[in-house]
Amino acid sequence: MNAAGFPILSLVTWLPLAGCIVIMAVRGDEETVASNARWTALWTSLLVLALSLVLWVKFDPREPGFQFNESVTWLPHYRIAYKMGVDGISVLFVLLSTVLTPICILASWESIHTKVREFMLAFLVLETMLVGMFCAADFVIFYMFFEGVLIPMYLIIGIWGGPRRVYAAVKFFLFTLTGSVLMLLALIAMWLHAGTTDISVLMDTRFPVQMQTWLFFALMASFAVKVPMWPVHTWLPDAHVEAPTAGSVILAGVLLKMGAYGFLRFSVPMLPDASQYYAPLIYTLSVIAVIYTSLVALAQEDMKKLIAYSSIAHMGVVTIGIFTFNEQGIQGALFQMLSHGIVSAALFLVVGVVYDRIHSRDIVRYGGLADRMPAYALVFMVFTMATIGLPGTSGFVGEVLVIIGSAQINFWLALLGGLGMILGAAYMLYLYRRVIFGTITHADLRNILDLSPREWTVFAPLIALTLWMGVYPSSFTGFFDESVAAMVQHHHAAVSNTVKFAQGTQGDKQQR
Amino acid sequence: MNWTLALPEIVLACLGMAILIFGVVRKQDSTVLATMFTIGAFLVTGFLVMTRASGTGFNGQFVTDAFASFNKELILLGGALSLILSLDWNRTQGIARFEYPVLVLFATVGMMVMVSASNMMSLYLGLELQSLALYVLAAFARDDQRSSEAGLKYFVLSGLASGLLLYGISLVYGFSGTMDFEALHGALMTPSAAPAGLIVGLVFVVVGLAFKISAVPFHMWTPDVYEGAPTPVTTFFATAPKVAAMALLLRMMGTSFAELVPAWQSLIVLMSIASMVLGTLAAIGQRSIKRLMAYSSIGHMGYALIGLAVGSSDGVRGVLVYMTIYVLMSAGMFACILAMKRGGRPAEQIADLSGLATSDPGLALAISVFMFSLAGIPPMAGFFAKLYIFLAAVKGGLWTLAIIGVLTSVVGAFYYIRVIKVMYFDPPAEAFDRRPPALSFVVAATGLFTAFFFLFPAAVVDAAEMASRVLFR
Repeated sequence: MNAAGFPILSLVTWLPLAGCIVIMAVRGDEETVASNARWTALWTSLLVLALSLVLWVKFDPREPGFQFNESVTWLPHYRIAYKMGVDGISVLFVLLSTVLTPICILASWESIHTKVREFMLAFLVLETMLVGMFCAADFVIFYMFFEGVLIPMYLIIGIWGGPRRVYAAVKFFLFTLTGSVLMLLALIAMWLHAGTTDISVLMDTRFPVQMQTWLFFALMASFAVKVPMWPVHTWLPDAHVEAPTAGSVILAGVLLKMGAYGFLRFSVPMLPDASQYYAPLIYTLSVIAVIYTSLVALAQEDMKKLIAYSSIAHMGVVTIGIFTFNEQGIQGALFQMLSHGIVSAALFLVVGVVYDRIHSRDIVRYGGLADRMPAYALVFMVFTMATIGLPGTSGFVGEVLVIIGSAQINFWLALLGGLGMILGAAYMLYLYRRVIFGTITHADLRNILDLSPREWTVFAPLIALTLWMGVYPSSFTGFFDESVAAMVQHHHAAVSNTVKFAQGTQGDKQQR
Repeated sequence: MNWTLALPEIVLACLGMAILIFGVVRKQDSTVLATMFTIGAFLVTGFLVMTRASGTGFNGQFVTDAFASFNKELILLGGALSLILSLDWNRTQGIARFEYPVLVLFATVGMMVMVSASNMMSLYLGLELQSLALYVLAAFARDDQRSSEAGLKYFVLSGLASGLLLYGISLVYGFSGTMDFEALHGALMTPSAAPAGLIVGLVFVVVGLAFKISAVPFHMWTPDVYEGAPTPVTTFFATAPKVAAMALLLRMMGTSFAELVPAWQSLIVLMSIASMVLGTLAAIGQRSIKRLMAYSSIGHMGYALIGLAVGSSDGVRGVLVYMTIYVLMSAGMFACILAMKRGGRPAEQIADLSGLATSDPGLALAISVFMFSLAGIPPMAGFFAKLYIFLAAVKGGLWTLAIIGVLTSVVGAFYYIRVIKVMYFDPPAEAFDRRPPALSFVVAATGLFTAFFFLFPAAVVDAAEMASRVLFR
């Protein structure tokens, strides 16, 4: 049995579905059902959050491997088991998902008023899929959760989204599915090669270098779409703009981390040679993403679209960090993922606040909000600074670690990657100035209301987390120090082995 | 001679005649009773199939083994489900006649003979018994022009296919001197020595059977027959005969021609690719949900053929798992289509589903489960069907097929999720009529199977594993 004494990971994963059953069981008129669905969903997600805090307390940061392991036979002939486990890399993402879900439910308390029950159902199913994906210790189980995310997310964008929701939902679905099915082939090939799909066994399996190359591209097809990397990022702005606020929050907060998590969990440890060989390709795409999407963000007229493009740029920094293969780089990438999960989620909520009041996301529609909404201006400022990477906020730590990590690879990589911070400051401050400062030009802004207590409840934990991560980062990095160190060591050992082997065979040839 | 091997078929045929006599003798309308008796007969037969020992009887004409039993159970299941679904529909559409269940029963006997055939002769007997009953069923709504057209179309094209099949059989016989599957296998031990005429015969046989499973390019009849035939008949068409023809194809390729894999592999690969591509691309433009299902079934047969193309028992296992899941999810989907009625008249357009999530959330949920499953999205059953097929393909090194397969499944996902889009994202239309309870029962049972297959995949997979060991030894 595991450290918690009971199958905690399965409980955290499947508990939201129990909430679904309760919500579905309710009968009555629409108002009763809606209010019941809201409260049940909120309490379920809070219960899940409370349970997941057991992971925070009981997790042993000195142990690099999987913890809280669970295993149930599932398809014994194929050596696939229902395996759950978290290590330093995944544990914080489980927490990120469980923290953001109640926040999303709170944020959509009033803004969703049609089909409330179905919305809450979709969200709880989504939580199950996300948590299950981060907990999976078996590739097939991972894949099922990874693709299963599509179903609730497709519905969330398509039913409760904006005017072009159908286009956005279908585009999101098809982009992601195309990548995923290629990963499925890679999964099958790895399964046949290793004889099992247990992730920890696969990490120690040596795949032939030739095979690694195409496995790497098959996996990349899937993860790059999710990250999203340039040039397969085009689904993201559409999905973000059309999704309801809570949908954007979970999309930016957790769904974008799925791709980067996939790189860290599968590509880098299982395919070390191919990862090393194709790292320059990833660098190139990431640098293009950072610079290009930052420039695109500068030109946006729509607040959500601007933040969506900034997300792509930030995720570009993450992929650079992952493929530096040194401790600073990978730690920075992980930290940046967590920080971006909190900060970009918060920024979408910030946009949601004014959207709920004015029903417009056009930047020109606003101006001078500081006058009427001082508290809002403050909250907006905190997250703007965090996304820019001001020291003392969470954004700083991740970016700096990645830059340090990439400077060990190449000076230009560090410089170009770091350019994102400067451009980020440009577009975010420009946005902030246009929305918050200046004079009020639109009449309806004169009697706009400041943050409500419910909105404060939503933002308070996010502000606290942002500052905590910025001021005392080691309470978070402590979780993944050992896992990352083990991963880096494993990677370099594997690569130098291959090099030695290659030199050995060459030497043999020369002797002959 | 061990005639007890064929006891299930004999019993079913006798019961069928008894029900026929009962229906003729009894003066008043006895459709419901006849249907119930037929379902009862299916249950008895299913039990008998389960208790059969393996062996060959009737001088090598007839074989029972795990493979035959697996497919027979599946055929009986498909037949029973489509009979349950037919009851209410036939009554309201004014085509309730006691001959209907009897025809389904005799078609089923034919299919059971097909999967147990171990000789070209019994193969052809079973196939024709099945086809004759199916021609009548397709035209069962005889006053409806579309139904008569479907029946005639099916008759003409199926007759052509049977002719090709017979021609192929005669060529095979002429060049090898035997019609027995095992003897053929023995005669073809050295593939290089196989005469060219025999290969030509083989091609004709494959073409004849490809028609029955509606693989491209022998698929033309499918959309018209699916659309024209009464919907319960379409349900039957989409399930049991597909299983029987696929099983027959597997058995022939897996025994007689098992050593000739290189000779027929490219043929199957081509048909598989063409079916997947055409099935998915042609479905995109469809407005009628029945035609959509027709093209979808063409596509699905393309996926199942991947398993055959591999030419190993892994592939056969994949096909069997695929067919099991396919039968249950398409029966469930057709049950949902049968529920689409407004004012007693069937509504068959995809647009009729508009806003179903508001007017009937239960049905909308069920349809989305089937649609996601048909698209192969985990954790639905359809994903596992594809998983085992692709597993076999990758293991067999058929990379092109696997890659085309996954990419067409993405294209396929487009039209499946479009149906979900219509139900969930579009404004609600007028509600459908109340469903009869039998329909709700079938929808719920197959829906639960499809949605929760992931909890217990081992049972079906193990049974398919047992069955697949018989072939490609």
